[in-house]
Amino acid sequence: MANEQQSVQTVFRLSGVNCAGCVNKIEAAVQQVKGVGDARVNLADKTLVVCGEVDPQACIEAVRSAGYDAQVVQSSERERREEQRAEERRHYEQLLWRSAFALGVGVPLMIWGLITNKMSVNTFVDQIIWGVMGLITLAVLIFCGGHFFSGAWKALRHHSATMDTLVALGTGTAWLFSMLVVLVPHLLPESARHVYFEASAMIIGLISLGQALEVRARGRTSAAVEKLLELQDVSARVLRDGKELDLPIEQVQAGDQLRVRPGEKIPVDGQVLEGSSLVDESMLTGEPVPVKKGAGDSLAAGTLNKNGSLLFRAEKVGSDTRLAQIIEMVKNAQGSRVPIARLADKISAIFVPIVMVIAVVAALIWFNVGPEPRAAHMLVVLTSVLIIACPCALGLATPMSVMVGVGKGAEHGVLVRNGKALQQSCNLDVLVVDKTGTLTEGSPRLTDIDCDGDSNELLQLLASLEQGSEHPLAEAIVSSAHEKKLQLQPPSDFEAITAHGVKGTISGKEVLLGNTKLMQRENIPMGSWAVRADKLAEAGRTVMFGAVDGELKGIIAVADPIRDDAQAAITRLRKLGLRIEMLTGDNSRSAEAVAKHLNIDKVHAELLPEDKERIVAELQQGGERIGMVGDGINDAPALARADVGFAIGAGTDVAIESADITLMRSSLHGVANAVELSRATLRNIKQNLFGAFIYNTLGIPIAAGILYPVTGMLLSPIVAGAAMALSSLTVVSNANRLRLFKPTEVH
Amino acid sequence: MDVVLVNIVGVLLIIAIIWWFWLGPKHSAVKVVSAVDKLQILVKDGVYEPDHIRLPAGRAATLHFHREDPNPCSEWVLFPDLEVSAELALHKDTPVNLPAAKPGEYPFTCQMQMYRGTLVLE
Ligand SMILES: [Cu+2]
Repeated sequence: MANEQQSVQTVFRLSGVNCAGCVNKIEAAVQQVKGVGDARVNLADKTLVVCGEVDPQACIEAVRSAGYDAQVVQSSERERREEQRAEERRHYEQLLWRSAFALGVGVPLMIWGLITNKMSVNTFVDQIIWGVMGLITLAVLIFCGGHFFSGAWKALRHHSATMDTLVALGTGTAWLFSMLVVLVPHLLPESARHVYFEASAMIIGLISLGQALEVRARGRTSAAVEKLLELQDVSARVLRDGKELDLPIEQVQAGDQLRVRPGEKIPVDGQVLEGSSLVDESMLTGEPVPVKKGAGDSLAAGTLNKNGSLLFRAEKVGSDTRLAQIIEMVKNAQGSRVPIARLADKISAIFVPIVMVIAVVAALIWFNVGPEPRAAHMLVVLTSVLIIACPCALGLATPMSVMVGVGKGAEHGVLVRNGKALQQSCNLDVLVVDKTGTLTEGSPRLTDIDCDGDSNELLQLLASLEQGSEHPLAEAIVSSAHEKKLQLQPPSDFEAITAHGVKGTISGKEVLLGNTKLMQRENIPMGSWAVRADKLAEAGRTVMFGAVDGELKGIIAVADPIRDDAQAAITRLRKLGLRIEMLTGDNSRSAEAVAKHLNIDKVHAELLPEDKERIVAELQQGGERIGMVGDGINDAPALARADVGFAIGAGTDVAIESADITLMRSSLHGVANAVELSRATLRNIKQNLFGAFIYNTLGIPIAAGILYPVTGMLLSPIVAGAAMALSSLTVVSNANRLRLFKPTEVH
Repeated sequence: MDVVLVNIVGVLLIIAIIWWFWLGPKHSAVKVVSAVDKLQILVKDGVYEPDHIRLPAGRAATLHFHREDPNPCSEWVLFPDLEVSAELALHKDTPVNLPAAKPGEYPFTCQMQMYRGTLVLE
């Protein structure tokens, strides 16, 4: 025990430590804490290692009292995972050994029985030989199946029955009956002096083999989280005192400056200070195209720097990074239940005791009205029913699929919050979509410039004028001028006229930019421009007039362009049977234009934020199941009201925590992916449940001997054992099939 | 004679099963009454120990699960009504944080529902 305690280590990261004196002070302070075996400070990497079973908080207090600060360094998630996998491998090997030993005894016995048909005890020599076989089988039960018995016993004391109970009862009954035959054969009718030692050994062997295969298949089931964990780098190149140091990721702190070279992974979340590069974010967002990053852009841990070198400042480290949050969320969702599992839950809760009653009833029926040899038949039926009825496959049916489905979603940038959200997204009727940022790019762009003279000259004047304006459309005009590399001049006499436009002087020219009202106010003749402007407005654009020195020179049109992939995504969603409705605060003319272009069924325009929730509620009153897509922050009430809220937009922290489903990329393709994934998962769950139900409901009567009148044979307990081992393996393998899921999106 | 004996044994068995699993007093279920110190739950041999936990309602709490069972079934613990789930590390303490909730009984199980326990908030 003392030894074990010594091996427990807690690692703290220290701050404020910079000399040998500090080291002594801290070590002395921590030594005083109860349970501390040894405390060592490493000055180089500023850590404190404490041996012994201690309360970490008490150690931190001690360090603080010495005038410094400390934080516990968690052993990294990945290490924990590796330990887990190693443990799993050990368990797998152990199961294989047990299985091999049990089958090594069972198989020769069974072959002997089949060939010679001498499995009965009639003479004293038989008694001796089978007595020895019985003891060997007992060894098998203890060494290979001991955990079934201890588990069954413990559960029994807790008034509960588990799969262990069934296996222990089944094999135990077979062994006890056989031993009875060996010890007192003369008390039994001659036809019933048959031993079933081979059954006990075979059942233990087969179930262990099944469990071993299951452990392996399960390992694959959780591969998605593994993949996410692999995205985390183990070290980072940190700039300290002008030098680049390779430090373990746990030691990177917010504020550190880090360097990533081409082909390296971004180690923590941060902001680019220097350099520019293409960054592949597909592992987090599902967005297939690499994103260009330059100074000021944010980087997410786990993404891949493709071609340039970047210097960036760490902002979020450890469990604060978006990747860590995603892993946490995926893990939590993987363990959650889907509503469809309720039935299986209820059944498996009372299943085992019911099976025990059924087994006894069936055995009694065979004993009372069955054909000879009754005692043997009774035993076979009792054992077979107990073994075949194990509900483990039923219990696995939903969790396995949810686990794979949720993980698969994360791979495609679809973060599902729980099993319920996953189930509900499979049968939505209407998808309500917020226009700005989802269907459109969210920032207006200059689309048309129509003028009689040189369009660049006009644009240069108008952009110069708009430089000082804060109007959202101004930015579109100015950035368009920048794109064309036009030289802008500062305006003088600048004036913004509310609800009309702007006015100012640029290199001696008086320039006006605004709507028709502004032109009327300044008495500028419209000429044919009004008609030309109407045409553009018809197409959903915001049109403004530009005048120079009292003469209308041209019109300029700005629009929030439709996202490149919106059309394809809408087509996919409609194919999935969803009706699409659009919500927007914009004027109905431009909303209608977008809707028409995208083939959207209905538009709700000129909405206030609170209207969105009302519209969702109204649709729900019609009995329809509503999915709502929005950017997660201002749409929160509507997202919460909808049956499934899809928060879209690079997965901000708030959205990750509040929405049912968070899409890591700002595209409706994500919604289509989520719906497809949900349907695939639900289909998989139903297959699993169907399989498990069929297995249990058909298996029990067959084991109870319902086919005897037809076939003249009883189900051997060995076959029951094999079937039981196969059933959960089938469920796990079927769930693994879900790993092949691919969204129908074509790039 | 044999026939009567076997039937009696069978019927007694059925009664015993029904009584023990459904009707009988569940006094042996271990209960921990609102401990101030660390609540540790051992996961071993197919059961949670203790499997009956009482905590004050309306307050967040942390349960420490110590898993000694390599069976993958015990890898996760689920509190379905609280929407909490956690992956349990083997031979280690895994803290499971529970949110504040209304008084009532909240069952917790493993994925396969072979391991069962009840959290009572009062
Ligand atoms: Cu089973």
